Order: sequence, then structure tokens, then C-alpha cells
Amino acid sequence: MVVMGGKEIIQLDDVNFYYGECRALSNISMKFVKNKVTALIGPSGCGKSTLLRVLNRMNDLIDGTKVEGKIFFEGKNIYAPDVDPVEIRRKIGMVFQKPNPFPKTIYNNISYGPKLAGLGVEDMDTLVEQSLRQAVLWDEVKNILNKSAMNLSGGQQQRLCIARALAMKPDVLLMDEPTSALDPISTAKIEELIEALKKDYTIIIVTHNMQQAARISDETAFFYMGNLIEYNKTEKIFTNPDMKQTEDYITGRFG
Amino acid sequence: MNRRIKETVIKHAFFLFALVSVIVLGLIVLSLFREGLPVFKQVSLKDFVFGMEWYPTYDPPSFGIFPLIFGSFIVTLLATVIAVPLGVLAAIYISDITPRPAVRESLKSVIELLAGLPSVVLGFFGMVIVAPWLQETFDLPTGLNIINASVILAIMAIPTISSISEDALYSVPQEFKEASYALGATKFETITKVILPAALSGISTAVMLGMARSIGETMVVLMVAGGAAAIPESIFDSVRPMPASIAAEMGETPYGSSHYHALFAIGVVLFFLTLSFNLIADYVSHKFRQTGSATL
Repeated sequence: MVVMGGKEIIQLDDVNFYYGECRALSNISMKFVKNKVTALIGPSGCGKSTLLRVLNRMNDLIDGTKVEGKIFFEGKNIYAPDVDPVEIRRKIGMVFQKPNPFPKTIYNNISYGPKLAGLGVEDMDTLVEQSLRQAVLWDEVKNILNKSAMNLSGGQQQRLCIARALAMKPDVLLMDEPTSALDPISTAKIEELIEALKKDYTIIIVTHNMQQAARISDETAFFYMGNLIEYNKTEKIFTNPDMKQTEDYITGRFG
Repeated sequence: MNRRIKETVIKHAFFLFALVSVIVLGLIVLSLFREGLPVFKQVSLKDFVFGMEWYPTYDPPSFGIFPLIFGSFIVTLLATVIAVPLGVLAAIYISDITPRPAVRESLKSVIELLAGLPSVVLGFFGMVIVAPWLQETFDLPTGLNIINASVILAIMAIPTISSISEDALYSVPQEFKEASYALGATKFETITKVILPAALSGISTAVMLGMARSIGETMVVLMVAGGAAAIPESIFDSVRPMPASIAAEMGETPYGSSHYHALFAIGVVLFFLTLSFNLIADYVSHKFRQTGSATL
């Protein structure tokens, strides 16, 4: 097991994951450190997105999948039989590859989660503003809160999705290639945002962009064929990796 | 023949085939109007549509079709009230709840099979099974009445409503559903707050098309609605919806008589009703496509 400095928030203990007969993750054991940005990298189909979706039990929604092993979130196994996946997803937010705002107003996109959770939010307007400010979107949308979120640009939509996840006040934010569908300027905005958010949140991000991983993450994990090959400080991974496979991948020799 | 000529020939041939149905429809509408309009020499449009008395064979005859229009509307509305919840809930179950593809596929095909039942079979079922049961259970003079016709019409409308709604629900992007689940919504919340609003235009279209099917349906209402051309006082009274009136009377009407023209004029009214249902369905499905569900 790879051990990192700092307080861990999520710990995987010998996790295997199957889509039907096909094993997508093999014996993954690792820890994610609180208030750090961890990047998951690796070639397509290596299991990094699967791993991300195992962490908030999104893979439960796909038929014929199976998880073995234990995943502890703040000390509690989230795959224990008495755990409600709905509760887990409220604490572990997720941002997807393609911006996916609801076809509702900007305001209702943000208030959707908190309302359902019955968080007893006294002042929804404040929560909406706060979440949008956190996602650095407030100034752009403050006058059109009652317009459809579908009218926003791709980059704005993605920041709205981040704001929507933040409105739930999660502990962890999972991001599945959040900038792959965006232009460089929007990407830069999201990267700045991630930098700012790690003060309050633990962020786990899947990315295909090596520079992005190097720029924004504190720790980096390299996956290949469903195995965790190397997991270390980002600086170490990108300057002096222990494994040859890692080096080959980040220097672009394969993948 | 070189390729370009071939392409042109094929293009025009297909255009002709497409044109056939348009021409046929046009001719039918034309003859409908030609045969129907002469009745208005005898009776004003207002007296025709809002007249309370339908005595076409009396002397002098009275051609007030309001009881027939009312009969059509009441059975259609009641059928819709019965069919919409059943059809839409079945569609939700098929598209978003059932976990197993086998269940999904068999339910879908059974519902489609229901659509294939000839209406005369359903009418027969209403006549010999539903009607006697209604008559005995509620102690009625006749079991051929509004509620009977509505139930049978509902059975006919369910497949239309269910399969079109199911298509609409199924085409709600997976991303919306995932976004909802990722925010900690339950399946029920996701269905009611995200999937249903996003599919609402398709579901409304389904409802309108189901209604169009009910209002134009002839055999069922002819067999089980009872045939009384009067405004009903309860849902256990008989009515005489427009299509039933046309079907029942056309055979005994002298060609070219004013009764004959009046029946065609009923056809015109019916034509406008189904047309407006279809136009509404079309409008709803276009208006709310993509962006519009945003306000919901």
C-alpha cells in the first residue's frame, strides 16, 4: 500500500471491480489525503473513471457490476450493507466529463440537490449565490438566474455543474475529466477554481492531460489495465518516476 | 442509363409516392366538404353545432349535434383520465424502473399487442362482458353507457400513450439522470423531478394522440356507448358519440338527402377535432423540445 503524508479521508482496501465477467480494477489499495488534489492518470480503459465512480457508488446504477474489497470514507466502509448510497453521494460530489446541467433554470440547478436533501436551508438565495461565487460564475449569471442553464456556454455550464455539486457542501469532489470538452480559456478557469477549492475540499480528478495533472495536483496515481502502477507526489511522478511504465506514459511513448 | 439520370428518376419516383397520400387526403377532405356543406342551406352553423335536438328523420327534421359532440367529448375525456395514468406509469416502469431487459421487452411487446387488437373485438368484449356486469352491479337499465365506452376506449388508447411516452422518457439523456443521482437524489426523485419534466413534451404529445385516437374511434362507441342522442346526466347514461352516429345512420339514409349531408357535416366537425388534437400535439412537441423544459 502506498502511504501519503496528511490525514486520509478515503481509503481503498484491496478493491476489485467487475463489469459482468470483466475485471476492470484489480487489487487496488490506496489512500486519498484530505484537502489535496489527487490526479488519476492512465490510458483510456485503464480503470481510472471506474475507480472514481466506485468512490461515490455511481457504478451501483449499472447492471451487472460487482465490487469486492472495502472502501472507507471517514473510517466507514461505504459498501457495508447498512450504508445508503444516497447519503454517500451527498457527501461525495461529482462533476462529469460532459457538462450536464439540468434543463432547468440556473437557480433551480443549484437548489435541486439541497432541496431534495432537506438540508433545512433557511436562505436558499444565499446558498445559491455562495455556490455560484465559489465556482466563480456569480458575476456572469447573477442577472439571469431564472434563465435556462442550457443557454450558457460549455465552460459556464461546467462551472455551474461544479457550483451545483458544491451547494451540497460535500467533503470530497470527484471530477471525471472536467475540462476535456472545454476550450483552453474555460479550462484555465476551471483549473484556477480547483486550486482555490482544495482549501475546503478533497478533490480527486481524472485527466488525460498530463500538463493539467502536473499543474494542479498534489498527488498523482498512474493506472494501467486496471492496476495501480504508481502513486506518489505529483512532482516525483513527473520528474523521477519509479516505474518504467509510468515514465513511458507521461513522456508520451505509449498511451 | 448513366448515374445522374438514375438518381433523378429515383428522386422523382419517391416524390410521387410521397405525393400519393397527400393527394388522397386532399381528395377525401374535398369530398367531405362537398357532401357536408349543403346541410347549412337548411340549418345555420350555430344551430347545427349547438342545437340540442338530433331528429334527422322527423318532419321537419332537426339537426342539432350538440348531444353528439358532448357524447364524444365525455367518453374521450373519461377514457383519457383512465388511460393517461395507466399508460404513463407503465411507460415509466418500462423505461426507468424495471431492472431486467427481459421484463422490459416482454412488457413492451404485450402492450404493442394490445394495440393490435381489432376494435370490434374490444367492442364485443364491452358488450358481452362489461355491459352485463355493469348492469347487474350498479342495477342499471343498460350496461351500454359512458363508463363502459370510456373503459374500452381507454384500453385502446393505453398502447398509444404508453409507447410514445416510453420513447420520450427513454430519450432523456443519461447525463441528466447521472447528474441527479450524483447529487444524492433517489430514483423516485430523479424520475419525478428530472426525467418526467424533461420528457413532458413527448408525454403531452402521447396524450394528445391518444385522445385523437379515442375521439375518432367508431366501432367501440357504436357497440357499447348505448346510442342515446341526449345530454347525459350521469356516467351511467347512454350517449351517441359522433362517429357512432355516422356509422349507424349512414346505411339507412337516402343519397343526397339533408340527413345524408348532415352526417357528412358531422364528419367535417370530427375532422376538425382530430386535426386540432394533432396540431396541438405537434405544437407541444416542438415548442418544448430541448430548451423549453428549462422553465419547468
